[in-house]
Amino acid sequence: MTETTRLKRLLERMGYDDVGGFSEYKKILILLVIAALMFISALTAVVMGKYGFTVLDVYQTVFTHVTFGDVSAIEKLNNTIIWDIRAPRILLTLFVGGALAIAGAVFQGVFRNPLVEPYILGVSSGAAFGAALGIVFPAIFFSLQLSAFAFGSIAVAVAYLLARVRGETPVVTLILAGVIVGSIFAALVSLLKYLSTDAALREIVFWMMGGFYYATWNDVRVIAPVVIIGFIVLWALGWKLNILSMGDDEARTLGVNPERYKFIVISIATAVTAFAVSLVGIIAWVGLMMPHASRILLGPDNRYVIPASFMMGGIYLMICDTMARTLTNAEIPVGIIASILGAPYLCYLLRNKGRIIFG
Amino acid sequence: MLSVNDIHYTYQNFPVLSGVSFSVEQGELCGLFGPNGCGKTTLFKCCLRFLAAHKGTVHINGEDVSKKKVEELAKIVSYVPQEHKPPFPYLVREVVLMGRTPHLGGFFGVRRKDKEIALDALDRLEISDLADRPYNQLSGGQRQMVLIARAIAQDTPIMFLDEPTSTLDFHNQMKIWEIMRSITEEGKTILACSHDPNHVAWFCDRVIVISNSGVVANGHPRDVINNEILDLIYKDTCSVRSTDGVRMVMPRCIIEKKEQCSSGILAEHPDHSCK
Repeated sequence: MTETTRLKRLLERMGYDDVGGFSEYKKILILLVIAALMFISALTAVVMGKYGFTVLDVYQTVFTHVTFGDVSAIEKLNNTIIWDIRAPRILLTLFVGGALAIAGAVFQGVFRNPLVEPYILGVSSGAAFGAALGIVFPAIFFSLQLSAFAFGSIAVAVAYLLARVRGETPVVTLILAGVIVGSIFAALVSLLKYLSTDAALREIVFWMMGGFYYATWNDVRVIAPVVIIGFIVLWALGWKLNILSMGDDEARTLGVNPERYKFIVISIATAVTAFAVSLVGIIAWVGLMMPHASRILLGPDNRYVIPASFMMGGIYLMICDTMARTLTNAEIPVGIIASILGAPYLCYLLRNKGRIIFG
Repeated sequence: MLSVNDIHYTYQNFPVLSGVSFSVEQGELCGLFGPNGCGKTTLFKCCLRFLAAHKGTVHINGEDVSKKKVEELAKIVSYVPQEHKPPFPYLVREVVLMGRTPHLGGFFGVRRKDKEIALDALDRLEISDLADRPYNQLSGGQRQMVLIARAIAQDTPIMFLDEPTSTLDFHNQMKIWEIMRSITEEGKTILACSHDPNHVAWFCDRVIVISNSGVVANGHPRDVINNEILDLIYKDTCSVRSTDGVRMVMPRCIIEKKEQCSSGILAEHPDHSCK
């Protein structure tokens, strides 16, 4: 009894209490169900694979590592495949999917447009150019990931500065600036493709499709802190994001400085996207679809949409990547699967919920 | 409470406000009145700092608004825009709750009290039945009512309403004017612009008439809403009449027709009924 009262008080303090039909408890329950689904997907994904381990083997290995047990007691092969290859890969899909989905939710809110995806300001084209530079000139741009991250961020910064007129960054100008910057970098990527050798060309094309082939614990260590911090900050700004999505003048009326908060949330969303893209290449659809799916389940309140998008983005990419590595003998680039699964879903949205979602 | 001093604003070589000055006392329901395009909305936006006036100052409670932060300003001024439609289907109760934003703190900061205030505001406008409808699917008039509820929930000493009754039916128009009156009786100040000279004459404590050349008249409606001023801003289209002691602004063409009827000129004409 005291536990429930304490929990209730905590929820109340966070503003999640159930007064006068705001039905917050129901939404919290949905979030918990999604969280449970996320764990179930992860535990299922780790069992799936070409190499036929028994379910018991898999969980024993994971359990030993998670509880800091005696790792040397595990068979070496099991340890390598399950803990060093599958586990980081699954975690990476979770963080990348989550990063793209929360970035999508943020961009859709800020741009007041439910059809926007996180690449709208040119981060993907910039990162592709950075990656291509790393592939074609490995001597100068020694780290492909660093170069992709740097150029992805530069692209967004240029678009933002380009759109800034007299201390204001109107949404339409920002989108146009993003299109301009994106097309410049796309042209530069084409130029590099034209100049590169066949092997490099192949690698560029492959990179741009996106994939988790080389996922290591190192990648997880790089992206996890950024995404977790970004997620917490964006979640905390969820209510402000609601206000921003009403428009600049409305935000001012309600005491939310649109310029400052637009800058903050766009910066964070860009950072997590740039990290994700620089590690695994360009993966479309997750950032567009998952915020929508969250809104269908929970309504447009970003205090719920952000956490739901994060988890659902993770689940979606986890499923896509598991299919990518198990469907055929060779691996299918995950971007292809994400798009093939994603397009029908968006069609469904457009036909059935179009009026509600797209206004 | 509110004092506007010599405000100038120009949209790309097209001057809209040139030297507007007036002041509004606390607890007044002040009507802003003027023809289309005379700069009423621009004046509002200058007062609220959406636009930076090119010249002149606006003081609220003795403080210069241009020196106020957005967060501070939202605690003293609320604003109901003419028309607004967001892309996301927020529920009406959520939209009204957004009015509490300037008073929030903490992680998300939405407290039980804020939710109750939001629901009370819906109650006050008698639109609690809309609470669970998506805001962006309501009719224009319903949305306007919701925005007024939001401004009430924002609970600021001064409110700006940009044509609050423009899309409402007659019943709701009267309701909103009555509610605005009761709000000012609580000691709050309201500046509302309207295109209906009757509403302004019936409900306001003070009327400020502006045109492109600045403030044309400023004072009690009985002194301001007269034939002279109406002729000046509406180019001879209406006159003030008094029926049973209530002053009515009527279109001149209707008055003339009525006079012709009573004098018998049109009585035999088959196309004109003189009922």
